[in-house]
Amino acid sequence: MPLSNSPDVIVVGAGVVGAACAYYAARSGLSVTVVDRGPVAGGTTGAGEGNLLVSDKEPGPELDLALLSTRLWRDLAAGLPDGAEYEAKGGLVVARDAARMTALRAFARSQTAAGVTAQEVPADALHDLEPHLAPGLAGGFLYPQDAQVQPALAAAHLLRASGARVRTGQEVTAVLTGASGEVRGVRTRAGDLHAPYVVNAAGTWGGEVARLAGAHLPVLPRRGFVLVTEPLPRVVRHKVYAADYVADVASGSAALQTSAVVEGTPAGPVLIGASRERVGFDRTLSVEALRRLAAGATELFPVLAGVRALRTYAGFRPYLPDHLPAVGADPSVPGLLHACGHEGAGIGLAPATGLAVARVLTGDEPPLDLRPFDPGRFTGVTA
Amino acid sequence: MTGSPSEPYDLAVVGAGPAGLAGAVTAAELGLSTVLLDASGRPGGQYFRHPAPGLGATRPGALHHDWPAFTALRRRLAASDVTHLAHHHVWTVTRRAADDWTVHALTGPDGDDGKPVRIRARAVLLATGAHERHLPFPGWTLPGVVGAGGAQAMLKAGLVLPGRRVVVAGSGPLLLAVASSLTAAGAHVPEVVEAAGYLGYARHPRALATNPHKLVEAAVHGTALARHRVRLRPRSAVTAVHGTDRVEAVTVSRLGPDWRPLPGTGRRVPCDALAVGHGLVPQTELATGLGCATRRTPDGTDALLLDAWQETTVPGLWAAGETGGTGGWQLARVEGELAAVAVTARLRARPGLTTGRRVRDLARRRDRMRAFAEAMAAAHAPGAGWTGWLTDDTEVCRCEEVTAGRVREAVDDLGARDARTVKLLTRAGMGWCQGRMCGAAVAALAAAGRPDGAVPPSPARRPLAVPVPLAALAALPEDPDGPDGPEDH
Repeated sequence: MPLSNSPDVIVVGAGVVGAACAYYAARSGLSVTVVDRGPVAGGTTGAGEGNLLVSDKEPGPELDLALLSTRLWRDLAAGLPDGAEYEAKGGLVVARDAARMTALRAFARSQTAAGVTAQEVPADALHDLEPHLAPGLAGGFLYPQDAQVQPALAAAHLLRASGARVRTGQEVTAVLTGASGEVRGVRTRAGDLHAPYVVNAAGTWGGEVARLAGAHLPVLPRRGFVLVTEPLPRVVRHKVYAADYVADVASGSAALQTSAVVEGTPAGPVLIGASRERVGFDRTLSVEALRRLAAGATELFPVLAGVRALRTYAGFRPYLPDHLPAVGADPSVPGLLHACGHEGAGIGLAPATGLAVARVLTGDEPPLDLRPFDPGRFTGVTA
Repeated sequence: MTGSPSEPYDLAVVGAGPAGLAGAVTAAELGLSTVLLDASGRPGGQYFRHPAPGLGATRPGALHHDWPAFTALRRRLAASDVTHLAHHHVWTVTRRAADDWTVHALTGPDGDDGKPVRIRARAVLLATGAHERHLPFPGWTLPGVVGAGGAQAMLKAGLVLPGRRVVVAGSGPLLLAVASSLTAAGAHVPEVVEAAGYLGYARHPRALATNPHKLVEAAVHGTALARHRVRLRPRSAVTAVHGTDRVEAVTVSRLGPDWRPLPGTGRRVPCDALAVGHGLVPQTELATGLGCATRRTPDGTDALLLDAWQETTVPGLWAAGETGGTGGWQLARVEGELAAVAVTARLRARPGLTTGRRVRDLARRRDRMRAFAEAMAAAHAPGAGWTGWLTDDTEVCRCEEVTAGRVREAVDDLGARDARTVKLLTRAGMGWCQGRMCGAAVAALAAAGRPDGAVPPSPARRPLAVPVPLAALAALPEDPDGPDGPEDH
C-alpha cells in the first residue's frame, strides 16, 4: 500500500550525512522524507566525537571535501540552536622529537599549499596554548580550522531545520524499481514510499542498502572506542594529538599516524579517541583498546592519570577500500545516489556531501570535483 | 598461586550477596577453586547489610527475620577454601574462550587505592544484584527524600534513621519491609503510599498459593504495621514534596488505573522524610558488555536471559539472583547454589551432579519462586500514566541537571524515541550515575513519542561498570592481539 504525499527524494539514514543531504535538498526546493530503521543519530553519528578536522588530512580529494565542509559548518552552526555546541577550538598537533617535528613541518607545508591554515608552534610556546601538556615535546602546529560539534545534536537540528518528514524505526526492506531498472521508492514495514530519487546515507549499512537496489558498494565497519572522563574544568583547550610520520622511501610520501586524540568538551568531560579494529559489528569491550587510549592520553597530558573514565562506547566507521566516501549518482541504477563511506570523518564531511548530493539532484554544478568519490569506482570489484 | 596467569581459578564469583555467597561456598564444597570478589568490606550484599563491628551493634540481626540463614552462609564461607576478596570493584569481565575469563577489578573501599587487579578463571558467576528504581516527582531532590532501599540500607549498616516521621512511598513489596524496619527502629510512619492496587496479586492465585513463605512474610510486616497504626494507601502516589531546606510535607494523590494522578485528590501529609522506591533494576552491565541477551521483565526492567542451569547466552558465564530478575534473597540463594552445581558439572565433566534429587528439588523451588517474582513484578509494573505527575521543571537527571521539559523537547521536537537518543541530545544519563537514577524515567518519557515510529527500547550499555582511573587503564599489560596499529583518523 503506497503511503500518501510522495516526496521528491527519500534519504535512507538519519545520521549526520543523511541530515545534511535532507537539509540541502530541502533548501533547493525539493520535498524530502528521511527513513531510518533506528532513531535519529543512532549509528556512527551518535558514537562520534564530532571532529571537524583538516589537520589530519593530506592534500587530495578528502581534504578538499573537508575544507569546503569547514566553511559550511561555520554557517550552519550559526543557524542552529546553541550552534549544536559548535566550537572553533582549533587543533594542536605535537611532535615528540626533532625528527618528527621535521616531518610535521613538511606535512603542514604541503597542507598549506592546499588551502589549510597551519601555524608552527615552537616548543617553548606549546604550554601557552596547552598548559597541561607533557614536558619535553619538540614543538607542534596549530590548525585554527579544526573544530567540533556535538554530532547527535547537529544531526537532529539539521533534520528539524530541513523540514523533512522523518520516519524513524522504519527499516528499508527493498528498493522499488521500475521497468527499466530506475528507482521508484523504498519499501518499509510500514508501507511503500514512492519517490524518483533515493539517497543512500545509511553509513555502515550503506553496502546493504546498495545491495537492495541491485548496486555494489563495498562498505565495511571499522570499530572504534571513545573514552569519556568525569567532568573537569577546562584542562584541555584544543583538539590535541601527537603525530608520527613514517617516511615511505619508495614513494617519497609521508603517511600520517596519530596517537590518542584528546579534547575537552563544553560540558566538562574530556574525550579520548580513537582506536581502530576490523572486527565486524562486535560491541564487546576491548580492554586493549582502552589501554592504548588511556596510555596515549596520559602520555600527552600527565595530569589526566588520576582522572577517572566514567564511560566508554564503541562505534563503527563505515569505510570503503580506498578510504574515500562514495558521493554521487550510482552508475547502474538511475535515481539512486550514494552518500556514505565517510569512515571516521562523516561529521566533518557531511555538509559538503549534502550540498554535492543536492546539486546532483537538481542537475546543477557540484561544489567540487566529485570524480574521486564516484560510487562506480568499485564496480566489477568482487569482495 | 591460584588465579595467577599460569593457574586460573576454576570459578570467579562477582558479588557476595545471598546468590554469590551460596554460589561460592557450594562451588568450593564441590571441590572447585573459587574466588569471591565483592565491592563491600563485609559479605552479605544489600539484603544482609549489617553494621561494621566498630559500631558496637549488639544484635546485628535485629532488622533481619532471616539472620540465621545469613550467618549459616557466612560460617560455610569461613570454613571453605574460597578466596574472599573484599573491597574489589569489578569494572569489566573479558573472555578469551568459554573457559578462559579475566575479571578486572579496582581495590580499596572506594576503588581508589590505585592497585588494579586481574583475576583469571575458567568460569564466572555474576551475582551483582540490583539497584533501586527511581521515578522522579516534583521536589524529589529536596534533602530528606531518600530511596526506600537506601533508607533500609542506612538502617542496616549504621542504625541511622532518615527522619522521625517518615512517609514510605512508591511501589513494590519492599515498601512494607521498609516501613516495618523504620517503625521497629523507632520512626513514625504515617502512611505507606503504594501506586499499585494490591488486588493485582489476585490475578496470580497460583503463584501466591505455592509460595506460602511470602504470605508469612507479608503477614509479619502487616501485623507489625497494624500495631504501629501505619495506614496503607494503595493506588496513590506522592506527587509533590514541600519544604524549603528539607522535607516538611508531601502531597499524596490518588491514581487512575494507568497511574495517572487524579486531579483534585491531593492531600497534604506532614513529615520530615520521605523514603521512596519503585522496585529494583537488575545490574547487568558486566554481562551485557559481553553480549549476553536480556529479557524484559513484567515490570519493565531488563534482566539477563538465563537457561534452566542459570547460564547466560554467553557460554561459560553464569548468573544468579537479581541479575536474572528481581526475586528476593531466598530465590537468589537457591539460584547461586544451582549455578555452582552447573559450573562444577561442566568443568569436572560430571553431568550426574545435575540429576540428583536435591538438585531437582532446588530447581523446582527456583521455578516456583521465580513465578511468584514475575507475578509480583506484573502487579507493581509502573503504569504508563505516571509521567503525568512530572512538571516540565522537574529535574529528571540529577547528575547533568536535565529537566523533564528538556527531555520532552528532545522527544517532541528532535525525534528522540528511546533513552539512548535522549541521552545523546540532552546529556540525561551521561553523568556520575550513568543513568542508574534516571534511566527508567527517561525511557518512559521517550516512549511517549513512540506511536509514530517505534524503536524498541534496548538495555543500557555501560561497558565500564564503575569509573576507572586512566592510570589504571594505561597500566594494563599490553595485548598484541589488540586493535590495529595507530593510523590516520
